[in-house]
This record gives sequence, structure tokens and C-alpha cells, in this order.
Amino acid sequence: MMRKSMTGAFGALLGLCAYPQVAAAGDQIVIGDIDDLSGVYADVQGQGGVEAANMAIADMGGTVLGKKIIVLSVDHQNKPDIGASKFREWADQNGLNMLLGGSNTGVSIAMAKVAAAKKVPFFAVGAGGASLTGADCTAYSIHYAYDTTALGNGTASAIVKQGGKTWFFVTADYAFGTQLQEAAARVVTANGGKVLGAVRAPLGTTDYSSFLLQAQASGAQVLGLANAGTDFSNSLKGANEFGITKTMKPAALLAFISDIHSLTLQTAQGLYLTTAWYWDLNEETRAFAQRFFAKMHREPTMTQAAYYSATLQYLKAVKTVGSTDPDLVMAELKKAKINDMFTKNGYIRADGLMVHTMYVMQVKTPAESKYPWDYYKVIKVMSGEEADGSQPDPACSLAKK
Amino acid sequence: MRAHTGMYVVLSIMALAAPFLGLYPVFLMKLLCFAMFACAFNLLLGYTKMLSFGHAAYFGSSAYVTGWLVTTHGWGTIEGIAAGVAVAMALGLMIGAIAVRREGIYFAMITLALSQLVFFVCLQAEFTGGENGLQGIPRGSIFGIIGLGRDRAMYYFVLAAFVAVYVLIRRIVHSPFGQILKAIRANELRAISLGYKVDRYKLVAFVLSASLAGLAGSLKALVLGFVTLSDVSQGTSGEVILMTLLGGSGTFLGPVVGANLVVTLQEYLSDLVGAWVSVIIGAIFVVCVMIFRRGFVGEIQRRFAGRAGEFAKRAD
Amino acid sequence: MTAVFGVPLPAILGQLMLGLVNGSFYALLSLGLAVIFGLLGVVNFAHGAFYMLGAFAAYIGLQFLGVNYWCALVLAPLAVGFLGVAIERLFLRHLYQLDPLYGLLLTFGIALIAEGIMRGLFGSSGRSYPVPDLLRGGFNLGFMVLPVYRAWVVLASLTVCGLTWFFIERTRLGAMLRAATENARLVQAFGINVPLLVMSTYGAGVALAALAGVLAAPVIQVSPLMGSSLVIVVFAVVVIGGMGSIIGAIVSGLVLGLIEGLTKVIYPEASNIVVFVIMAVVLIWRPTGLFGRE
Repeated sequence: MMRKSMTGAFGALLGLCAYPQVAAAGDQIVIGDIDDLSGVYADVQGQGGVEAANMAIADMGGTVLGKKIIVLSVDHQNKPDIGASKFREWADQNGLNMLLGGSNTGVSIAMAKVAAAKKVPFFAVGAGGASLTGADCTAYSIHYAYDTTALGNGTASAIVKQGGKTWFFVTADYAFGTQLQEAAARVVTANGGKVLGAVRAPLGTTDYSSFLLQAQASGAQVLGLANAGTDFSNSLKGANEFGITKTMKPAALLAFISDIHSLTLQTAQGLYLTTAWYWDLNEETRAFAQRFFAKMHREPTMTQAAYYSATLQYLKAVKTVGSTDPDLVMAELKKAKINDMFTKNGYIRADGLMVHTMYVMQVKTPAESKYPWDYYKVIKVMSGEEADGSQPDPACSLAKK
Repeated sequence: MRAHTGMYVVLSIMALAAPFLGLYPVFLMKLLCFAMFACAFNLLLGYTKMLSFGHAAYFGSSAYVTGWLVTTHGWGTIEGIAAGVAVAMALGLMIGAIAVRREGIYFAMITLALSQLVFFVCLQAEFTGGENGLQGIPRGSIFGIIGLGRDRAMYYFVLAAFVAVYVLIRRIVHSPFGQILKAIRANELRAISLGYKVDRYKLVAFVLSASLAGLAGSLKALVLGFVTLSDVSQGTSGEVILMTLLGGSGTFLGPVVGANLVVTLQEYLSDLVGAWVSVIIGAIFVVCVMIFRRGFVGEIQRRFAGRAGEFAKRAD
Repeated sequence: MTAVFGVPLPAILGQLMLGLVNGSFYALLSLGLAVIFGLLGVVNFAHGAFYMLGAFAAYIGLQFLGVNYWCALVLAPLAVGFLGVAIERLFLRHLYQLDPLYGLLLTFGIALIAEGIMRGLFGSSGRSYPVPDLLRGGFNLGFMVLPVYRAWVVLASLTVCGLTWFFIERTRLGAMLRAATENARLVQAFGINVPLLVMSTYGAGVALAALAGVLAAPVIQVSPLMGSSLVIVVFAVVVIGGMGSIIGAIVSGLVLGLIEGLTKVIYPEASNIVVFVIMAVVLIWRPTGLFGRE
């Protein structure tokens, strides 16, 4: 009996020793990156995002205020629980100073709640959901690269104005998809169009056939694809296979250059899309793209460029205020104008949205494309106010002040 | 028996002191929740030999209900937990009523399929937030008296709940009801011939296990502040089986040890090896089934108790 | 346009057609599961993983070894079948005397390992597998464009299901198999090598799953998790058909595919759960399943 109790206690002790200990916060600046590194959005940012953040750190000389800058990175696997608990753990245990949020609005909303609770500045970069600076806004979150409102105002209005009046949406079944569909539907109805229906497909669906048949049965003119990453390319491929592109015009509500690259121009030509950044806009963007290409062997997406910019602006703000105090840094960020290769004269609104220029693009035909990755032509340049409205989102509690 | 008490005293002191040893309280609470979940599961597998392959359904649905009521309806913490457990109980009653009609693998497959049904309902229902899950669930307080917002307060609350469940399970197993369950496990036909309504006993055990699993889920929702689809998914059902099996099913401490090992392992390994963690978990499964069927605690009990093994088992 | 329940007829026909395609996958998978269960008494949780491995074998063959689709149809099931044989010899064989639950748990562990390895090697997003040139294009059926490849899937899997049924029910070897299912010791006493029979049956069942995987590769993409959700549906199909019943597995696979398709038109929200609801109803009404004996 005695021996048995000893073994029990021994086992428990063994267990205790194995538990993670709270790490002492070191004298360094810790930047976290929580992104989809292996799933449907891995090509949109993934390792390229980490690389872009490291480029910004290198441009700052690797240290700020004499503190070494380190980057932690983890795969959230598109699960809000993993993203939120990792963020909380880093904040509690690793002395995290700033978090870069990768793709997936659902995960980013979960992480925004942690940012507010733990007072850690959070840059939502890869996620598109406009609620991040609306109903889900916090004093510590910044929505940096683009949002669903801007996508709707860009792509949907371009297509409606060209005569695509009736729409049917195939929507990714989570926060991002539903918000994107709402934003686009608002623009469609405001411009005299009509939404005939919508169907929600789970994130990571590979066979879109039954959803596409529902879309076809609606008789709508436009097939609105309110999804992204491989979801977008799979649904577009499916529409081709079932001959639906012959009767309906597909609308890519969010497409990244990585998607166009994997679909090839043959399939993607003529698509309209809205983007915050394109590698071939000007000398500065091309210079960044060249550096990035040397490491990743592909051109950066808009969110990878935004990762660079967000990291750079955060570190500059830390340098200016001379501290990593979250409140001081947030105040500085909301005060300063943002000028770098990502955007000119961008500014962060009271609700946390970074207002900046957006571009409506059309995908070139294979004949128009002159060199590798020569994929877009600019259709329209939208000012930040045109893309996102000039007033902060009233749904955000911070906007009322 | 006194040596036995000694072990529990040591364990209790360790549990009480843990947050002061620099251990991460959120992690400790997560451990306790999963340990409770595994103990609840063990009540079924260990003492009635019914392998439920869908226990995440009760764990997760209770978590959702608690999270939803507390967050959007402003319910108190205790009331929220009670409502969650009630839902888990009702769900256990419905699924159990269908499942206990069959045995063994049939039982396993039916519980699995019906829990998948619960999963899809959670995926599509409005109140669960679908793919996004529920976030920012407040911990609240115990009837407005003791606030649970601070990690240490919450830790002792969860610890108290865990101890209560642990003691309750011991009592159930040692009660006349528990003895009948063991008799059914040993020889079902004989139990029937003795006049016991076997299905009814099994159903009661099933509902008890589901309710306690629900309690664990509700607590986890409050501890971490969110509930997502993985809480009702098949993966979680598999994990709790592994915890119980690895620690030793049919022993009281086994599921606790197993839950600790599995959760700690996942926490560490997911940083080190990423996706390969499921390979390691799978390999542990295979090893457990092939050569380690008694689990850690079962094996230790057998080794140390030596020839008196059977006796020790009875005394436990 | 004609309409049923307010839904245009073409939409119904289209979804039924897709349901038939899905149903053929269910039939092929539940057939393998039923064969394995019938003889070994093992619920093969790894069935979905073998289906996934079949698809990956085809993908790897095409990408790295230059094996085309038609060869993959034969080679991938063979390769995965041999893996199944190895697993039977190394692991499963030692569990037959124990509670059948251990077989379920073991194969669950194996499924985790297989999925984890593929996830580690290829990431969790899908890899696309092109439709073979010969089967490109589509038939215009008036109500929908049916891609040629999907028609081929239905044809191929129905043929394989039919052949398997014929083999088990109408040939000598099949008779031995059925006899071994009834009473293994007696059959052994007649001088038939039962362990060999059991081993090859497991291999064959696994190969059927892999074949379904190859067929599925061009339709849904090749991804590590493609089997894990499917296997639960297939479990439900087998329970509905009656565990171990060959014909039950085939028929209920096809019918449930069609019912699922129909649900997608009438009440799309329920399309994921309709199979499980039917299972619950069948269990209450006939606990042994529709075609089950006992």
C-alpha cells in the first residue's frame, strides 16, 4: 500500500516537473506572428509574411532602443481557439510587445479580444472582416491592409456599373465570408442591382459542385465568390468544369496575386479585383519586390507587403516615444502619417482602420502579359476615403469619442 | 488505507501550491478541465466498458450553452454552468437511449455518428457562432460574491470543482449502483438473469458521464474565454479516449495522469514539431493498444503490487 | 420550368446527379468496410486514411514518378493494399482474441499517424490532381453540364461493387470466405489457410478504399484530411445497411448519396446531418440495420 502511494506521488511529481514554467521577460522587443502557415491561406502570407517582417526588422538595424527584436511565429490552423490561446500565452509568458495577425477574420476577432484584455497592440493584416474596426474594435487593434468594405466598394461596384445587375454569392462560411458578402451586397443594391441568393460553403471545401449548381439554378448574371485563397481558386475551377462560367460572370471579391499565379492567366483573365498594393506599381514597390523575390522566389502579395509596413511603422513608433508602453505607442501610431513603400499618407482612424489608397485591377490576358508576374492593369485608383468612407464605423465604441 | 490517504494529501498540497510555483495558471486550469473530462469518460469506459466515441458532444455543447448564456444573456457563472450541464445531461439521455440498445463496436459507432450530428448542429446553429465560435466569454463571479476574473481565484474554483467530481465518481463506483455496473461489465447475461434491468443501469451511467463531461466543458469555456468547433469535434472525442487509455482505464487516478500527459505533450510538441504532433499521438495510441493496455497507473499498480495485484485492484 | 416543392426540376436533377456521384464513393468505401468487418470483426477506423493514402499515392505517382492516372488506378490500390497487409500482420493479428474495441482503437491510431505524416509532408491544404485527358469535358444534359469524369466515377465504382459482390457471393473463394466468417476454426480444420485468407481480405478491403481515393483525386483535391470526415459518414452508411452485409453496404451507400443530394435542394442546412438522422431512425426501428441478420 505504501509503495502504491509512493508511485502515485512520484508519477504526479514527474508530471509537475514537465509543466511549462513562466519565462522571465527579457530585455528585448518581441513581435508575434499568428497566421495560417499550412492551410488554405498559407500561400497568401505564410512564411512570406514572416520574411517580410524580418526585412522590416533588418531595415531598422535589428535593434530599437538598444533592445534586440525577435519574431515568434505559429500556425493557427484557421482555428480561433489556437490563435487566441497562443496570443494569451505569449502575452502572459513571453513578454510579447506586438502581434501581427495573419489570414482569417474569425481568428483575428478572437485575437482582438485578447489584445484588449492583455493590452498588446495588434495589427490585423491578413484578415479582411470590417467588423475588426466596427463591432469588434478595440483600443489596441489596427486593421492595416484592406477590409471587406473596401473590397465591396472596389470590385462589386465596378462590375455592377458594367451591367452585372443580378448576383448570387458563394460564401465562405465564417466571419470573413459573411462580412464580404454583406459589403458586396450593399454595394450591389445601392447601385440598382439585386441579390438573388447566397450559399455558404465551409472553409476548405474542395468540391464546389453542389453549391455551384445552386448558383446556376438561381439564374443570376454574376457569380459572386465571397471567399479567398484556395477556396477561391477551387470554386472558380469548379465553375469552369461545370460550364457555369459560360452563363454567369464570376466576380472575385478577394483575390491575391498568389491565387492568380496558381490559377494561371488562362483561367483568371479578365477578372476584376481590388488590392491595396501591387508589386509593379512604382520604383519603390519594385525594389521591395526584388528583395523579397530573392528570398521567397515569388512576388509578394499585398498582405506580405503590409506585414513589412506594419512592422516598420510599429518599430518607428516605439523609437519615437522611446518605450514599448502599449498606450503611448498606440497614441503615436494614431497620430503619425504612414509613408513607406506600402502606401503614401495613410493614417489610422479612431476606430483603428488604416485608411489608404486602394486599386481596382483587372487581370491581364495571356497576350497582354509581357514578363513573369505581369498580371494586373490598373482600372481605378480609389482614395482611402472612397474605399472605406470618411467617417469611423459607428458600430465601434471608440468612434463616438 | 492510511498510505492511500497519504498519497492524496501529497497530491492535494501540490495542487494547492501549484500556482505559487511559477506554473502558468491558465495551463493548470486547462489540465484540470481535461482531467475532469477524462474522469467522467472513465466512469463509462472503465466501469461499464462502454466505449463512447463521441464524448466531445457533451463536453462541447455544454461549453457552448454556458458560453452563450453568460456572454449574450448576462447569466451568472453558476447558473450558466448549471444550464450547460443540464443540456449535456439531456443530450446524454437522448443519445444514450439510442446507443445502449447495442453493445461494443456498434455502441462506439453509434455514439460517434450521433456526436457528428451534434457537431454539424453546432456548426450551423446561430448561437454557436459557427466557424468563428464564441469569444470573449466573461468568467463572472460566484453569485456576485467572489470574482473569478483573476487567474488564481479561477484556479481554486476549478480545482474545487475537480475535487468534487473526483470524490463523486469514487462514491458512485463504490456505491451499490457502481457494484451493479461492475457486475454488468463482468457478465451482462448473468446480471440480466439476476433480474437487473441492464439497459437502464447503463443509461444512467451514460447520462452521469455525459453530465460530468459537460461540467468539464463549461469550466473550460470559462477558463479560456472561448468555445470553438474543436470542442465538439471528433478529435476531442479521440483525445479523451487516449487520455483514459494511456493513464489506465478503470483506475481512479489513471485518467488524471493520462490527461496531464496528453495535454502537456501537446503543449510542448506543437511548438517543436507542428503537424507531426498527431503522428506522435497516433503512435502512442498504437503502443497503448498493442502492449500497454493497462495504462500507466494500471501498469504501476500491477508491477508494484506484484502477486497481490488482484487484491490491490479490489482495495482501490 | 417545371417545379417540385417550389424547386425547379433542373436543380433537383442536378443535385441528384451529384448525389449519385457521392453515393458511388460511399458505396465503394462502405463495401470495403463491410468486407473487413464481416471476416475480421474489426471496425476499420483507418478506412478514411487508406482512402486518403490512395489519392496521395496517385498524386505522388504523377508528380514524382511519372505514373499516369490509368496506371495509378491499378498501382495505388496495390501499394496501399500491401501496406494494409503489413499492418494486419504486424498489429491487427495480435488483437483478434481481445475485445473488438481494441481493433477500433488501433486503427484510429493508425489513421492519426497516416494523416499526420501526410500533413507534415504536404501541408493541410489540398494538392490538385488533373483530370486525365481522355475524360475531360462534359455532357450537356440540358439541366446541367455533367463532367465526363464524374460519369466515369459512377460507372467505375458500380462495376467494382458489382464484381466484388459477384466474387464473394458466387465464386468458390468467396464461399470459403463466407464460411470462414461463420466459423473460422471449422474452415481451418478443412485445411484452408485462414490467417492468409484474413490477411488478404484486409488487404483487399483496404485496396478498395485506396481505389476510391484514386477515383476521388481529380474530383475533390488530394488532401490529408479528406478521409477523416468521410469515414464517419461511411460508418453511418454501414450501420444503416447492416454491419457486414455486402449488398446492404452497396445499396445504402448509393441511396444515401441520392438522399443527401435531394436534401441539398429542399433544405440545404440539413444535408450534412441527414445521414445521421436516418441512422438514428433505422436504429430505433431495426437495431440490426436494413439488411442485417441476427
